[in-house]
Amino acid sequence: MSAVAHDESPYAPPAEVPDNMADLAHGHGFWSTYVFSQDAKWIGLQYGCTALAVGLVGMVLSLLMRVQLGFPGVTSIVNPSNYLQFVSMHGLIMVVYLLTALFLGGFGNYLIPLMIGARDMVFPKMNMLSYWLYVVAVVLLMVSFFLPGGATGGGWTLYPPAVILEGTPGAGAGLIMTLVSLAIFVVGFTMGGLNFVATILQARTRGMTLLRLPLSIWGIFTATVLALLAFPALFVAAIMMMMDLTMGTSFFMPAIVSKGQQLAYNGGSPILYQHLFWYFGHPEVYIVALPAFGIVSDLIAVNARKAIFGYRMMIWAILIIGLLSFMVWAHHMFVSGMNVYFGFFFATTTLFIAIPTALKVYNWVLTLWRGDIHFTVPMLFAIGFVFSFVNGGLSGLFLGNAPADVPLAHTMFVVAHFHMVMAVSPVLVLFGAIYHWYPKITGRFLNDTLGKIHFWITFVGTYCIFFPMHYMGYLGVPRRYYAFDNMQYIPDSMHALNAFISLSAFAVALVQLVFVYNMFVSRKNGKPAGSNPWRATTLEWQTEHTPPTHGNFGANLPVVYRWAYDYSVPGAQEDFLPQNQPPAGVAPENHGQGTMLLDLINGRAMAAPAEPAASAGHH
Amino acid sequence: MAAPLLLVVAIMFVTVAWLFRQTINVQPWQEAGIGSAENSSSGGSFHVPPAAVVLAIFLAVATSLFALSVAAYFMRMMQGDWSGFVFPNILWANTGVLIVSDLAMRSARNAARRGESGAVRNALAFCGACTVLFLVGQVHAWQQLNSQGFFGGSVSSSPSNSFFYLFTALHAAHVLGGFFVLGRTTLRVWRDADAARVRVNVELCTTYWHYLLGVWLVLVALLVPAISELCRARLFS
Repeated sequence: MSAVAHDESPYAPPAEVPDNMADLAHGHGFWSTYVFSQDAKWIGLQYGCTALAVGLVGMVLSLLMRVQLGFPGVTSIVNPSNYLQFVSMHGLIMVVYLLTALFLGGFGNYLIPLMIGARDMVFPKMNMLSYWLYVVAVVLLMVSFFLPGGATGGGWTLYPPAVILEGTPGAGAGLIMTLVSLAIFVVGFTMGGLNFVATILQARTRGMTLLRLPLSIWGIFTATVLALLAFPALFVAAIMMMMDLTMGTSFFMPAIVSKGQQLAYNGGSPILYQHLFWYFGHPEVYIVALPAFGIVSDLIAVNARKAIFGYRMMIWAILIIGLLSFMVWAHHMFVSGMNVYFGFFFATTTLFIAIPTALKVYNWVLTLWRGDIHFTVPMLFAIGFVFSFVNGGLSGLFLGNAPADVPLAHTMFVVAHFHMVMAVSPVLVLFGAIYHWYPKITGRFLNDTLGKIHFWITFVGTYCIFFPMHYMGYLGVPRRYYAFDNMQYIPDSMHALNAFISLSAFAVALVQLVFVYNMFVSRKNGKPAGSNPWRATTLEWQTEHTPPTHGNFGANLPVVYRWAYDYSVPGAQEDFLPQNQPPAGVAPENHGQGTMLLDLINGRAMAAPAEPAASAGHH
Repeated sequence: MAAPLLLVVAIMFVTVAWLFRQTINVQPWQEAGIGSAENSSSGGSFHVPPAAVVLAIFLAVATSLFALSVAAYFMRMMQGDWSGFVFPNILWANTGVLIVSDLAMRSARNAARRGESGAVRNALAFCGACTVLFLVGQVHAWQQLNSQGFFGGSVSSSPSNSFFYLFTALHAAHVLGGFFVLGRTTLRVWRDADAARVRVNVELCTTYWHYLLGVWLVLVALLVPAISELCRARLFS
């Protein structure tokens, strides 16, 4: 696409990309329409389905771990070696290949063009390449299971020197495959991320100013910027580790004796790897959380029929969290040892993040306050998120303090914390978002009863899994352990608790199959939803067709007249005013944007006769 | 890690300052329409082609990558086994070739601005040839170190050599990416012969070539034994 001529008229910004349907890459056959599609919506669905499929693999791995922990020795499938592989791959899959890919690749692709009023991403081919590189990364990761030695068992953080040493499962080919997969993932994501940022900045429709963007877009935008700046750390760490593995360099590997033999490594610094990894790893938490923050804000506003409380404050909180997320990485390394002043600095910055985060929580609660709350399935998931996130955040206050972190760092307390804050919370938002946008994607609702069953068992079940782990960690039960034999300080009740946690995990896993069943069945048999079933204001619900066709908005792009949160406006006929509904006394634009810009460039004023809003509105 | 952190803070500061300027006076909940002053102050898009925005963001990403590599270089330098880099002299020649390549790209941009298609074509072709020569020179430097026994298992004996391989590989990957875009632009000029139609592409390529040269000058400077020793002395002081 080429840029349009730009004048200084206040009417012209922010539409920088011409509305030219002919520029869109239309599919002309099965392969170009369904496989190598350049339509962002389809790419979003491809990302979503692939991420959910790989997420199911991650879930199965967690169940295998829970079988061992809850009922030690009941199966011979799990042994000490592959237990470590399951722990490592579960972490990598869930954090990188599921959550990052689904929030940004899936929802980012589907929602950005629709919500900002664009035909597509500004570089659709690059977008398609981004997805296929993601597929290659996923395939390589899965292949690593079947290589000699299996997948890496060095933990999802891949800490050297252990991850490279011969005694660690998957230390050879499995690790190389994982590193290659991560590097390819980063390259693919960078392609997609560049597209996201450029599209949000340059391709918004007329009237869609920055402060009219829905918070979902703000969350995705900021998370993408974070990812673009943080993923290079993972990339360079992966390359350096690969060089240590294959070329004999000693970036991370110190002089070390393994199995009685002095290895050729000398002088490398494992701490250097930890710095690089966590420079990526901590922003990664917010790469997952910020889109969830944005999406949950929209779910709450729609279902409380109320404008989001403190919209501008929410945006600033997102930006400040994004900035601070780069200044806290070493709190993951308190136990690695550091200068006490560094420890103080990182503990302080970590606790500072609580301020903008708490602001967001207050604003969600205040949005609910005296709202006309509709307890739809997406709303249940959104409220569930607020609870889980607060609980997860509170345990973060312990771990953010260096003196409290040191005794807790290697215990189940950490597992409980990061699962509450980074697994349960965003996954609840993911489910809420899927229930919310499924009617736009397919034209049909997901089954409500199955949805509520799904919510309650997931919500209560995940609490049954992770809440007791805080207590276990407090007692000193270590994490990453295959078995707790001969640990006298662990009482028998802990083993009973482990069995309870495992049973809860099986129940939660089972109900995810109900969700998958619901998604398949509702696609054909679900209740028809119409174009705007939630009576929402944002542009994706104002499309001419549901599901939206290629190009999203029919002949003319929508023109935006208001922000995304005009719910229950006093005096309005309906309890929502779509973003493309003109204010009273302003006539809607009926001609295409290209013509409009031409008019403006030629100096012709846009003097349309005033009409009452009631006749101009769509609803 | 201070360098990449400062970079990120600078990028975020610029972003936040820009957003602050865009949004400070805006009250989006007030009904405004599309033609009010509110929109003109908070539009927030840049008056440049999307490709230029993508390039600017990509340069930020690449800078993050190189800054992290340099931070790793400094951190590794503080370990006890550090020894100076055996600097292959061909790197000076390679640097010269990259400078010539950048100058050629600059002259292509000037010719595109003047609308001289023939000059654009020639300058782009010359720039491409210099770029290939630079890459060949880099491979030769690798071979030279290899022949001195600094590759394979022996690399571990000299961490500074390891960083030479890392820096040059990362830089070469970026040069290859640029070369791909340069090749496409050159082909377009060859077929189209209209300088005006490729002007934006040539201008973006020029920005990228300046960036490649700038990064290379920093990396090669860090590898020069005298500078490397100076950095190490400062880190330990």
